[in-house]
Amino acid sequence: MQHKVVDLQDVVLRFAGDSGDGMQLTGSLFADMSAIYGNSLSTFPDFPAEIRAPHGTLSGVSGFQVHIGSDEIGTPGDFCDMLVAMNPAALKTNAKWCKPTAMILVDGDAFDEKGMQRAGFKTDNPFTELHIEDRTIIVAAISSLTQESLKDSGLDAKAILKCKNMFTLGMACYIYSRPLEFIYQYLERKFSKKHPELIEPNKKVLNDGFNYAANIQAIPNTYTIAPVKGRKKGTYRNITGNQATAWGLLAASEKANLPLFCGSYPITPATAILEELAIHKSLGAKTLQAEDEIAGICTAIGASYAGNLAVTTTSGPGLSLKSEALGLAVMAELPLVVIDVQRGGPSTGLPTKTEQSDLNQALYGRNGECPMPVIAAHSPSHCFDAAFTAAKIALEHMTPVMLLSEGFLGNGSEPWLIPSMADYPAIKPPFVRGTLAEGEKFHPFERDPETLVRRWAIPGQKGFEHRVGGLEKTHEGVLSTDPRNHELMVHERAEKVARIARDLPKLQVVHGPAEGNLLVVGWGGTFGHILTAVEEVGDAVSYAHFDFINPLPANTEEVFSHFSKILVCELNSGQFAAFLRAELPGKEYIQFNKVQGQPFLVSELVDAIKKEL
Amino acid sequence: MASLTFKDFKSDQDVRWCPGCGDHAVLAALQRALPKVSQALGYPRERYVVVSGIGCSSRLPYYMDTYGFHSIHGRATAVSTGIKVANPTLTVWQACGDGDALAIGGNHFIHAIRRNIDINIILFNNQIYGLTKGQYSPTSKFGAITKTSPYGTVEHPFTPGSLVLGAKGTFFARSLDVELALNEEIMTAAALHDGCSVMEMLTNCVIFNDGAHRELSDPAVKADHTIVLRHGEKMIFGKNRDRGLIYDGRKIRAVRIGEGGFTEEDILVHDAHTDYIGLHMALADMKGPDYPVALGVIRDVKDITYDDGVRDQVRDVMLKSKIHTVDELLHSGSTWQVE
Repeated sequence: MQHKVVDLQDVVLRFAGDSGDGMQLTGSLFADMSAIYGNSLSTFPDFPAEIRAPHGTLSGVSGFQVHIGSDEIGTPGDFCDMLVAMNPAALKTNAKWCKPTAMILVDGDAFDEKGMQRAGFKTDNPFTELHIEDRTIIVAAISSLTQESLKDSGLDAKAILKCKNMFTLGMACYIYSRPLEFIYQYLERKFSKKHPELIEPNKKVLNDGFNYAANIQAIPNTYTIAPVKGRKKGTYRNITGNQATAWGLLAASEKANLPLFCGSYPITPATAILEELAIHKSLGAKTLQAEDEIAGICTAIGASYAGNLAVTTTSGPGLSLKSEALGLAVMAELPLVVIDVQRGGPSTGLPTKTEQSDLNQALYGRNGECPMPVIAAHSPSHCFDAAFTAAKIALEHMTPVMLLSEGFLGNGSEPWLIPSMADYPAIKPPFVRGTLAEGEKFHPFERDPETLVRRWAIPGQKGFEHRVGGLEKTHEGVLSTDPRNHELMVHERAEKVARIARDLPKLQVVHGPAEGNLLVVGWGGTFGHILTAVEEVGDAVSYAHFDFINPLPANTEEVFSHFSKILVCELNSGQFAAFLRAELPGKEYIQFNKVQGQPFLVSELVDAIKKEL
Repeated sequence: MASLTFKDFKSDQDVRWCPGCGDHAVLAALQRALPKVSQALGYPRERYVVVSGIGCSSRLPYYMDTYGFHSIHGRATAVSTGIKVANPTLTVWQACGDGDALAIGGNHFIHAIRRNIDINIILFNNQIYGLTKGQYSPTSKFGAITKTSPYGTVEHPFTPGSLVLGAKGTFFARSLDVELALNEEIMTAAALHDGCSVMEMLTNCVIFNDGAHRELSDPAVKADHTIVLRHGEKMIFGKNRDRGLIYDGRKIRAVRIGEGGFTEEDILVHDAHTDYIGLHMALADMKGPDYPVALGVIRDVKDITYDDGVRDQVRDVMLKSKIHTVDELLHSGSTWQVE
């Protein structure tokens, strides 16, 4: 058989195994390495809620999909070109994600009677049973080859078997022509301090996997994916959404010249933001792991009152617990950034899966008339700008701001052209200045006539002593149940939020003509998928994406007026569509929704769009 | 700095507690204690922040002419924690009731104590929900008849002192609303204590639980039913100062001096600073008819505080880290160039 090296424009790999098999690491190493090589990429970790579900079971399968390309790509890919399945359960749960042309690599050692039984196979041929026998199937004895490779390493049996993901990675590196140097460096960095004895064995297994793939005849072709050409010059890095969120907050803290305080309670999939901030004390960040979600937000509200840039991070169920305190922040008119990394709901729902179903909660989930700005991040790296903007709005408009992220964004990663902080604007909170005249009292809820924003006096400032709280007050800060005063304050709080639109960027049609029959609309983390889909459909359709939900960009109605139909695509049953119907009635809104705890597939979006053309 | 007086801490708001409510006296004690604290520590008025939750006593911040935060039910302790961590130079006082701090806010309460964050918590314990008009609270006596327990409660009350000491609290004091001088003394001690100070004030709700603490406040019997503990002083009490506390090898006992062979020599000397929390627990748990109820500063020990810990860790990491700007952060770790 003639070995060929085929040049590909893009390729999707899916690594799947038991939740202890190291597939998240294998996948992210493959991604990071490809990023440094110069490919575009997008990743999608898809893992169970259990840390170590029973060995070999379907519920314990953890997957990591990575899409790499020689052109810019917007999604982690619908279906994969190569599936790595470390056991029968991984094969069974992931076979449906294989393209008809896919190559499937399995660890043959795991396909013993016990493994097959645990995965619930009824026959002894898993490939025919799953109707994937026509794919290119490579059965390699990965476990025993790893054991053989390390038999003289001095490591114990358990430690040896843990290295089998490196054998797999080595094989994948051969097949997709990836240089191994990056992984060498990673292994050295990771193990040099605590486990230097693990560096050489891991390198050896990686190499042996690479060579094994080169030597067996089972692999017909190898592939190259060229670096992206014409990419903007500069320094790049890979970044996940949660990391970018944390860094965006640190950036805002620097630009506002205020210490960052994050009060949070661990919750999937938001925890990594708290973890990331906890590392960066050198930038003055204080993190408080609170006793519960309510304490998370209430400590943040206290820190805000004391003059910090205050943040609380959570996911849907945690946001439910924070509702009352959100009202307090609205009422006290204190700056606060609330980050909800959405997951499948309701209740505990699907903790590790992605969804956009907290929009209603973000917009309305409080008692009384309690408006707050809601903004959304649209890609992992955009989380940086979104977090920065959320903090800027909060600090300059004296209001809590809700930033909606998603599990898909938080855990996903992509290459990012590192920005320079010199290009970011200063953040200027409305601090009180100077001193008060003799006998003059500070009126905490007197407003700027243009923006309706109140001024911010920080405890410790002489003469500005004042009280805030959840009870209705007058502009002077005096408790009041006067009916007219209450109505006035309700209107002013709403109008203050509405006027933020004056500072927001305009809504852009990012694809297609500015007028036509059909405008596709999305918000949040669906951006990459929808953009890829509309590009596939072509200029018959236009697309606008919302980063700002409340208030909507000021020109939204104007943009909508040039289209006869608006197709709202979102990962819920139509919450944004309902919001648009309420805010901008009189248009024909059509919905395309998915509530499966999974991102859109580009293919299903294309079908949905074409149906409306 | 001109010295402050109690007038400097009085706001222009009308105090709206019921006539005869015990909260008036606690407010007055605080307004008298803070000038003394300021004198002792050189604190200007703008350094004080008074925080509260929800309930009758939680209106207190509006009556203090300081920075103040009237937060939501149960969460005062969390708000105080955030304020203190964000700016450790502020002096945080907190007013909360027995329902606020021990029912809806019980979790925050014990965790603030466990962390030993340097805030001063005044726990107004009137053993009833006043603002919602008379339901039982977590400190209502077993069997208490209230609007939500018309046939008597069937649940055991908390003893706030045991809760504080069980969470390894570093400062616990108890007093009664009417003990103005003692309250000033306790509040000043709490302010000087570096760490979480809990002051339980047994207050009288004239409307819904009048006389709940009568056994301790009635001038006719209070000397026999209470003991005021002061560090370094003998634990002597009683109208005739002829009763005291001894340790019999197994437990604390209340005895009459001169009877049963006990002399003043046998009477314990109060050590508020000892690490031995069991002794403080025993003192905090004492109740009639066998024991007097302990008032005064029961425990006052030194330990590291949370706010100092957070501040010091930030400073230490700043000194060691190579990352001091966000630009440096963005370029840290694995990056690559596109030429």
